[in-house]
Amino acid sequence: MDVVWENREAILIGFTHTVLLFLIAGIGSLLLGTVIAAMRVGPIGVLRVAAVIYVSLVRNTPLLMVLLLFRYGLPKLNIKFDFVDIVVPTTAGDIRLNNIFTACVIGLSIYTAAFVAEAIRSGINAVPLGQAEAARAIGLPFGGVMREVILPQAFRATVPPLASVQIALIKNTTVAGAVGVVEAFNVMRSMTNNYAGSRIEIFIAFALIFVVLVEVYSFAAHRLERRWRIA
Amino acid sequence: MSNNSVLFDTPGPKAAARHRIYTVLAVVVLLGLLAVAVMRLADNNQFEGRKWEPFVSPVYIERFLVDGVLETLKMAVAAIILAVIFGALFGIGKLSEHRPLRWFSWLVVEFWRAVPVLLAMVLVFYVWGIDRGDTGAFWSVVVALMLYNGAVLAEVFRAGINAVPKGQVEAAYALGMRKTAVMMQIQLPQAVKIMLPALISQMVVALKDTSLGYAVAAPGLTNVAKLTYNSPSNGQNIIPTVLVTAGLYIVMNLILTWIATWVQKKFVGEKRIDVAAAAAGQD
Repeated sequence: MDVVWENREAILIGFTHTVLLFLIAGIGSLLLGTVIAAMRVGPIGVLRVAAVIYVSLVRNTPLLMVLLLFRYGLPKLNIKFDFVDIVVPTTAGDIRLNNIFTACVIGLSIYTAAFVAEAIRSGINAVPLGQAEAARAIGLPFGGVMREVILPQAFRATVPPLASVQIALIKNTTVAGAVGVVEAFNVMRSMTNNYAGSRIEIFIAFALIFVVLVEVYSFAAHRLERRWRIA
Repeated sequence: MSNNSVLFDTPGPKAAARHRIYTVLAVVVLLGLLAVAVMRLADNNQFEGRKWEPFVSPVYIERFLVDGVLETLKMAVAAIILAVIFGALFGIGKLSEHRPLRWFSWLVVEFWRAVPVLLAMVLVFYVWGIDRGDTGAFWSVVVALMLYNGAVLAEVFRAGINAVPKGQVEAAYALGMRKTAVMMQIQLPQAVKIMLPALISQMVVALKDTSLGYAVAAPGLTNVAKLTYNSPSNGQNIIPTVLVTAGLYIVMNLILTWIATWVQKKFVGEKRIDVAAAAAGQD
């Protein structure tokens, strides 16, 4: 494990990028996915159709295609992602939130939003019919029914499928490494190139960190699920 | 409309009028977005003939279908067959009465479910596939997909076997069958029937993930796409290429989803195990 220990700073920087990708894209996909789920169950037919089309197109497209489009495709249309350029120097190295990072965050958010929307929709379907009827009976309009009664309960019922989606997102951040973000997968690939003799131990080290990230997240989600469970 | 009546009443005249206004607004906004996108594409010469020529000329179409779609399907089918075997072994292993076997299976399944497919793919490629050319890259993708999808399917198998009513097992034991016979002749056949739709949806995941072969230069659709947009004569046509390639994946996946629904209706009926819960983390 010497190689791993010697390169601990590069690994740390890699996983910092991984976690940042996960956090920012996680929040972004949650916001976008909620809007799409609301469109999907709302009363406006056109928006419902648009949401269905969005979900079935994005769900069936490989993430790599989405990221290729954002990373290399859209700049050809003069849509550059250089409006964010933050470099955080640390003792271990720079954390760069540049155009590549931004393109990947947006791509990951748009991709994950389709799965978030489906998870939320299944949560909305889990809310008993009587709840919506009661909410309407006290005179709440559609927005009020959603905001005050349905969505709070739907979000609770949504915790387990949403946790699955976000665990997938943690692992999907590696695809951003394949198109140039210096995250964990990217660091691992350059290390396995440089230290040919220690490939397996490098892999095991990176894999174990991912296992820890995933297990910590699913443990937290499980606790949340138990605490929030609808009686 | 009917399935949405949970959330709102059938609109009265006022609400209907308001909905009409929203509909018009939504149409205007959506068409506006589409128009902006098309104009952007046109302004930046994305409709140029040579950029789209690869997708209409017979040579390229043949390449996309033979080197692309066919190779991708080969990888996906090989991966899913191996994943089913892997999943069956470890899924049954997790239900074993022998504690070490149970723990070992649990460890294997948890590990490969949490490790990103790309990491596994690169490991297999560097350790085994790197000097074996296209074959090496092909099997690196297949093995990595087998490990991940197999681990997910192990959970599906376990859930499927547990979904077989307890009485069946008791009846089988009462007839004097042994443990192995009960598993092989009573539990597994019924479990497989329950699981079929989940198996097919997992094929969609495997098919999509074959695109990650891009990272190890494996054959398949992404490789053909890469060659197409890197070729200078096509005028840097990455956007047309991505659109066409994504379209091919979407068509293949929609066909698979359609088969899954058909199988569900034809062979399984209403009973269905909760795929989302069983296959936590599938993407």
